[in-house]
Order: sequence, then C-alpha cells, then structure tokens
Amino acid sequence: MFEENTLAVVFVSLMGLSVLLYAILDGFDLGVGVLLPLDQKDDADTMIASIGPFWDANETWLVLAVGLLLIAFPAAHSFVFKELYLPTAVLLISLVLRGVAFDFRAKAAFSHKPTWNKVFKAGSLFAALSQGYMLGMYVMGFESTLAAYSFSLLSAFGVAAAYSYIGACWLIMKTEGDLQIQAVEWAKKSGLICFLGVLAVSLVNPLINPEVYAKWFSWPNTFYILPLPIICFALFIFSYIQLKQLPKVNDKGCWRPFVAAVVIFTLCFFGLAFSFFPYIVPNKLTIWETAAAPESLSFLLWGTIIVVPVIFSYTAFSYRVFWGKVQELRYH
Amino acid sequence: MLETLMLSRIQFAANISFHILFPTITIALSWFLFYFKLRFDQTADPVWMRAYRFWVKIFALTFAIGVVSGITMSFQFGTNWPKFMETVGNIAGPLLGYEVLTAFFLEAGFLGIMLFGINKVSARVHTISTLIVAIGTSLSAFWILALNSWMQTPQGHEIRDGVAFPVDWLAIIFNPSFPYRLMHMLIASGLTAAFLVAGISAYRLLKGDDKQAPKLTLKIALTVAALLTPLQVFVGDMHGLNTLEHQPQKIAAMEGVWHTEKGAPLLLFAVPDEEQKTNHFEIAIPNMASFILTHDLNGEIKGLNEFEGNHPPVAPVFFAFRLMVGLGMLMLAIAWFSRIQLWRKKQLPPWLLKALVAMSFSGWVATLAGWYVTEIGRQPWLVTGVLTIKDAATDIAAENVGFTLIMYLTLYVVILVAYLHTVFTMAGRAVEIEEISDDEKVKPVVYLHNVVKG
Repeated sequence: MFEENTLAVVFVSLMGLSVLLYAILDGFDLGVGVLLPLDQKDDADTMIASIGPFWDANETWLVLAVGLLLIAFPAAHSFVFKELYLPTAVLLISLVLRGVAFDFRAKAAFSHKPTWNKVFKAGSLFAALSQGYMLGMYVMGFESTLAAYSFSLLSAFGVAAAYSYIGACWLIMKTEGDLQIQAVEWAKKSGLICFLGVLAVSLVNPLINPEVYAKWFSWPNTFYILPLPIICFALFIFSYIQLKQLPKVNDKGCWRPFVAAVVIFTLCFFGLAFSFFPYIVPNKLTIWETAAAPESLSFLLWGTIIVVPVIFSYTAFSYRVFWGKVQELRYH
Repeated sequence: MLETLMLSRIQFAANISFHILFPTITIALSWFLFYFKLRFDQTADPVWMRAYRFWVKIFALTFAIGVVSGITMSFQFGTNWPKFMETVGNIAGPLLGYEVLTAFFLEAGFLGIMLFGINKVSARVHTISTLIVAIGTSLSAFWILALNSWMQTPQGHEIRDGVAFPVDWLAIIFNPSFPYRLMHMLIASGLTAAFLVAGISAYRLLKGDDKQAPKLTLKIALTVAALLTPLQVFVGDMHGLNTLEHQPQKIAAMEGVWHTEKGAPLLLFAVPDEEQKTNHFEIAIPNMASFILTHDLNGEIKGLNEFEGNHPPVAPVFFAFRLMVGLGMLMLAIAWFSRIQLWRKKQLPPWLLKALVAMSFSGWVATLAGWYVTEIGRQPWLVTGVLTIKDAATDIAAENVGFTLIMYLTLYVVILVAYLHTVFTMAGRAVEIEEISDDEKVKPVVYLHNVVKG
C-alpha cells in the first residue's frame, strides 16, 4: 500500500509522461498528415508509409493519458472535458476520420484514394488544431474572455506548426531524394512558426498567471530553471543551421533535426509541468484534492510497474524492425 | 426539444453500439488469422498464406475503426457522465486502466509487425505477433466485461460518503455475472467473425472465384459456426439463469411477465403495454418460460409488479431479446444445414451461398440486440443499487450535446457505409487477382531506395 500523496505524484508523473510521449509520437505522425501533398501521389504514399506501422501505437498514448486522468483524477477529467466539450468533439471526430482514412485509402477502389488523402490531411490538421486550442484554454485557466479565445486560437496554430515541424524532421530522417529536400523546406518554415509559438506561450503564461510568474522569477528557482529556455532556444538555432546544410553526402546527420525536435518538445513540456505543478487544472484543482482512492491507485500501480517497461521494450522492438529509410508499405 | 439527459443517453448508446460492431469482429477474427498463420507455418501450403493476406486486410480496417471509435468513449465518461467516475471511479478506473495497459498496447504494438513486418522478421516472430494481437483483443474483452458485469452485479466494494471503494479486487473482477457474460460475448464474437468469413467467402465464390482460398475459408468458418451455435444457446441459457438470480426484473421484462405467476408461458410474440401492464397479441407456449428458467413446469417467475418503479422499460428489452434469440436460431439452422451440405456435396448451391452472403453481418444484429437486452435491462440503474442513470448525467447545455450527437451520427453512418462498401470491394477485387503459383514464397520486399542504416 503506497502513501496517498506519493500515489498522486506518481500518477501525475505517469500521466505527464504519456502526454509527452503522445505529443512526440503522434505529433510526428499527425505532422506528416498535415504536410501531406494532395497533388503528388507517390510522395503521399511514401509519407504515409513512413508512419504506417506506428500511428496506431502512437495514438494509444493518448488513450493512456486521458485514461490516467480519468482514473487517477476523475474530478479533474470531468472539469477539463466539460470545459472543452466542443474542441474535444472536434478532436475525436478528426482522429476517427483520420484513422479510418488511413485504412480506407489503401483499400478502397483506386478512384477514391485522393478523397481519402484529403480526409487524412484534414483529420490530421484539425486534430492538431483542436489539441493546440485545448492547450491554450488550459494555460488560460478556461476563462471565457476574448483574450483567452484569441490566445487559444494562436496556440492552435502553434501546435499545428510544432507537429508539422516534428513531422517534417521525421520525414528528413526516413526519406530520400526530392521528398527529403522538400521535407527540409517544410521543417525550416514550420520550425520558425513553432519557435514563435513557443515564445508566445512562454511570455503569456507567466504574464497571466501570477503564481507561474512567481515560480519562474524568484531566486533560486530562476537559477535552476533558466537553463531550460536557454537550451530550448539554442536547439532551435542548432536545428536551423543543420537544416541549412541538409541533405549531406551519405545522408550524414539526417536524424539530428528530429532528435533536436524531440528534445525541444520535452523541454517545453517540462516548462509547462513546472509552471503548473501541483495544479492539475491551473489555479483551480490540485492533484491532492482530485486523486482517486489510494486502494484503487495502488492496485493499478502494481500493474503499471510491470507493464510499462514491457510496453517500452516492445515499442523499441517495433521501431527497430522498421528502422532505416521507408520502404513501400504493402499489406503483404 | 430533448433534454440533456436523454441526448446524453442517445449519444452514448450510439457510440457504444457503433464501437462494439468492430471489436466483435476483431476479437475472433484475430484467432482465425492466428490459425491460418499457424497452418501455413506447419504445411507451407500457400493457400493458408493467401487466406491470411486477404483477411488481415479486413482485420486491419476493422481494427482501426474499433480503435478510433473506442477513443471517443474514454472522453465521454467524463464529459457526459461525470458522476459515474466520481461515484464508482475507484472501481471502474483501474479496470479501464488495465485494459489500456495490457490490451491496447499489446494490440497496437504488434499490429504493425503483423501487418507490415512479414518480410522484416522471422516467420516465428510474425506468428507470435499475430498470437499476441489475438491475446490482446481477448484481454480487452476480459477487462471491459469485468467492468460491465460489475456494474450489473456489483460486489467486493463498500460505500463511504456516497463513493464506492474497492475492498476485494478478485471479488470485483470475478463478480457473479462476469464468467457468463464473458463467455457469451466471446462466443458471440466467434459467431460474428465466422458468419462474416463465411459470407465474404461465399460472395467470392458467387462472383466466380475458383481459387482454393475462399473454399477453404468457407469450410472453416462454417465448421466454427456449426460448433459455436449450439454452444451459444447453452451458454446463453446459463447466463439467463444467472440473471434470474441477480437481476430478476430484467428477466421479467425479457419474458414480458407483468404479474408473478406459476407456470409462466413462453411468449413467442407479444406487444407489451406499459400503460395497462399487460401484453397484446400473445403467441405463447404454455408453462415453457417457467420450465426454461426454473426447470419446473409450474415454477414461479417473479413479475414486474414486484419491482414497481425499479424495472426497465419492457418493450425494448422484450423485442431485443426475441430478435437475438430468433437470429440465433436462424444462424444455428443455416450453419448446420450448410456444413452438412458441404460435407455431402463438396460445394454449396448458389441459393445457399446467397443466403450466407445475406447473413454476413447477422452477428452484428444479434450482438447489438443482446447488448440492448442487458444494458436497457439494467435501467433505471447505471450501477445496480449504487447509482442511477439520472444521477450520473452531465449538466452541459442540451444544444452542445445535440450538436455533437448529430456530428457523431453523421460520422458513423458515413463510416459504416464506407466500411461495408470497402469490404465487398476488397472481396470483389480478390476474385480478379490471379492465382499465384504454388511454389510461391513470401516475396522479398521491393525497396524503394537503397536502405541506409540510420
């Protein structure tokens, strides 16, 4: 039997880990969907082939993240998703359409393929936008003000750009030839918008939340936490320099932008987590007051301790099986 | 204008109804695939690989729709039924959590290898991946039915300040109705997949497909259907007896028994009348309901009058039950008749093939009818004796719920039409594909480019 507060921290960490993994993993495959060209059939096929074996498992992290919120902090789950009822519906419908489009495009009569490609692209785009909007509303503490809505719209495009960015970096790593050159261009453009988005959230967040401001700008916290934005900023510059030089001879370093993007995502996530902890709903609900019964969480934790490492190991196995440049995706 | 509660109920009903169609197929279809793959490994006969290839595509499509429609539900618990998790979240949460941790990740993690990895991993690893996906789908059924059964027949918990707390997890998971419901659902899935495989194989044969694979899959599917139909009747009967013990008001509604009686008749048809508490147009077999439920021609069946204000609406439960049983009987007859025909004549006449095509999705209708019986039959309770539907509902504006409901319904209709269209298109296209020579091996992958090890 674990102690109540320990359980709350453990589960919020697990949930955070799921959210982060979701943002990175489904981020790149949503991003690839957002970037899908509607006029170049072969490129579209290659791009979708690059995410084919992964998207399903990637999306499962969302189920786990939302599931953990529901299981460990039920009151927070009700609160958040009641506030975000409509954007949630948009997200779900987008994910549904995207998921079915992925399979229909490969199997439907040939004449329907362009239609399903459009659906796949639109589904990816609206899934990314709605997630960004939800993030914006969360940061703004679910206010119903014009400022909150504007910021959330901005955040919607920021997240869509961030996903496009990591998606483009994924493509640089997984493809070759003209498509790779195209992906480098995409990465440059979306990287810039992504950078502006991160900057906007970093500025707005402490300005509208006094508590967050106090956390970031009080000695000695500042000293410990300051490296985070500095490294983030440096990584953006590093990526940009890399992108200017890609693709190199022998495809050297094609993985660098992707790894940089993963680290950027991780740093941004920790920045947000640091800002809001121990709140699960900014300024309204803490993890202490919303945690489920310790006997329930203990029961689930034992399973988690056993299962999560297993999930990691076979996920790694799956990525190893499909390592290297993308090949034609065929249902054998 | 409907109010939020009713809209929420319709929305959730639409969601789970749509969702369950797909797992119902994939739970058992994954085992069919494992069997095909295993036989291929044993015999190296390419016909098994062809069967696998064709059905794995249908599996992938069905599975994808199941996954995405399932995601919607994990959000809806919170949005539309906030009190559900606040009251019984301590029980429901871990069960749902274990489903995600054990089943979802297993399925999703190995599906990629199952679908696209055949040339990238050894035959053994690929077969094991297929097996793991099959285990994952069944595990998923295990956890969800444990939760649903607990909601029907709760035990192993205590209520403190109106909130349920777990006391004994084994008692919670293995609650009284769980083994019966799990068996009933797994067999339902087996039948749904068997009739789908039989129907689509028959469709290919009707289209003039003279290859070995559809003949083989038709035979296997009919064998499975012939074995499972009588088993399902038996398990269903046991499930009914268990329900009589724990939820007698559900049985009273299923049988249309308004007043407690000895020697209750089995109603083949009737129109229940909630107003006058009676049935019209009864067609009945005297004493049969008592005999089935109590194994005594004059056994006493408790009527709805004993559960005033605490029993489900009668008509939907009554009709759904008859639809399920009627379809079950039809499936039993067709499965046995076709299987015997196949055994004696080695092939089926066109009219019978057409009948099988028509029955392709009969499992869907029977499964939905069965779920309607058990879920509507739980009313007015969401969790028997713990929480009513009414108390669990959300206070979101009705317009919002109505708006999303229309969006979801439209989406589901579009996907369903596209799904059915695609399955038959795939079957039609399989007819066109040339038979590959018998020495065909699993082809090496065509690399688009030279592989650069990253």
